Amino acid sequence: MASDKVITFTDDNFDTSVLQAGTPVLVDFWAEWCGPCRALGPTIDALAGDYAGRVSVGKLNVDENPGVTVKYMVRGIPTVMLFKGGQVVEQIVGVADKAEFKKALDKHL
Amino acid sequence: MAAQRREVTIIGSGPAGLTAALYSARANLKPLVIEGLEAGGQLMLTTAVENFPGFRDGIMGPDLMAAMREQAERFGAEIVRGHVHAVDFSSRPFVLTVGDDRIETQTLIIATGASAKLLGLPSERALMGHGVSTCATCDGFFFRGKPIAVVGGGDSALEEAIFLTRFASQVTLVHRRDAFRASKIMQDKALANPKIVVEWNSEVLEMLDPAASAVNGIVLRNLKTGVQKTLAVDGVFVAIGHTPNTSVFKGQLAADAGGYLITHDGSRTSVEGVFACGDVQDHVYRQAITAAGSGCMAALDAERYLESIQPPPITEAASAAS
Repeated sequence: MASDKVITFTDDNFDTSVLQAGTPVLVDFWAEWCGPCRALGPTIDALAGDYAGRVSVGKLNVDENPGVTVKYMVRGIPTVMLFKGGQVVEQIVGVADKAEFKKALDKHL
Repeated sequence: MAAQRREVTIIGSGPAGLTAALYSARANLKPLVIEGLEAGGQLMLTTAVENFPGFRDGIMGPDLMAAMREQAERFGAEIVRGHVHAVDFSSRPFVLTVGDDRIETQTLIIATGASAKLLGLPSERALMGHGVSTCATCDGFFFRGKPIAVVGGGDSALEEAIFLTRFASQVTLVHRRDAFRASKIMQDKALANPKIVVEWNSEVLEMLDPAASAVNGIVLRNLKTGVQKTLAVDGVFVAIGHTPNTSVFKGQLAADAGGYLITHDGSRTSVEGVFACGDVQDHVYRQAITAAGSGCMAALDAERYLESIQPPPITEAASAAS
């Protein structure tokens, strides 16, 4: 398991950890009660391991962090956004497989 | 990674796939179950299931699926994460490609189910995750105190509409006809709910507003009068039915015009040794219990097929005679 590499993003650390980060950042918007989000969890964990040092990978709980959730108008989960230089450059809504995430990530490395 | 060899491989982990896994495991065939992207299937997106026999007070869909999974695993089914990218039925054993892995299997049970259908509007695609959803239990939370619309007129549309009244200020059901297809009990429940209103004979022309990256309305057209209007909503839940997950088998298995796999003599498909069960081959009943029943049939059919192609072990009497 690579889950120790997965960062927890919050309304408080989003500016420094995501928007001002030196590397691209993958943010998984999720919640405890969302079945498909749980299904996606292991894929996100695996990506954190595979891209360690090149992309920072983390999760943002939409229940606990309404600020970022509303700012990016996330109204459906799981939604995964890739941030680069403070901007959203890729977005994947719903459960997708690892290959699809890799394709999206590799475009920006 | 080296190829894995199996006697029975099952694709899909809904009621059909897990029941097939349970029966194959109990037949000591050590089945491999490849979960698929929507692990647990459509019941993972539901709340209370009140029509699965044996649960007097109902059971939550995800709990039912967790129990089915544990029951199959208890008898030796191996359930792995993954999504089948390619199948090759031209040689024996069959070959499946799952990511970087290769699986060789004597028999294949297809239980890939069906996924929610979309309207197909470009604006719908653009606003997915920003107000357009196919999963009320996932996304209802985002519409607390807000007006939303549900598109469709079947049982799932009405069930979603009723569920969404927990959050939304108002739920407008948009339906193409002047009567629902849904069961009587569901219609009575929905129409009695003060938060639910219905736009009959109406279709969705456009979802607004992709430029704002959020839903703020939908454009409806009344099919009888031709009159168009914009309905201000913050979310749209699309519940217009399902489409079978069969694209990976295209050209290799007989399917009907809707893409559903065609089965004969129980669960047999057009390729000997390949069986299908659940919603991927059923656009009529589509219930958890019928899916589970057909999963059992597929496992028994696969078991008999394996017996037919493998000569029985040589008994002592037979070897003494030779």
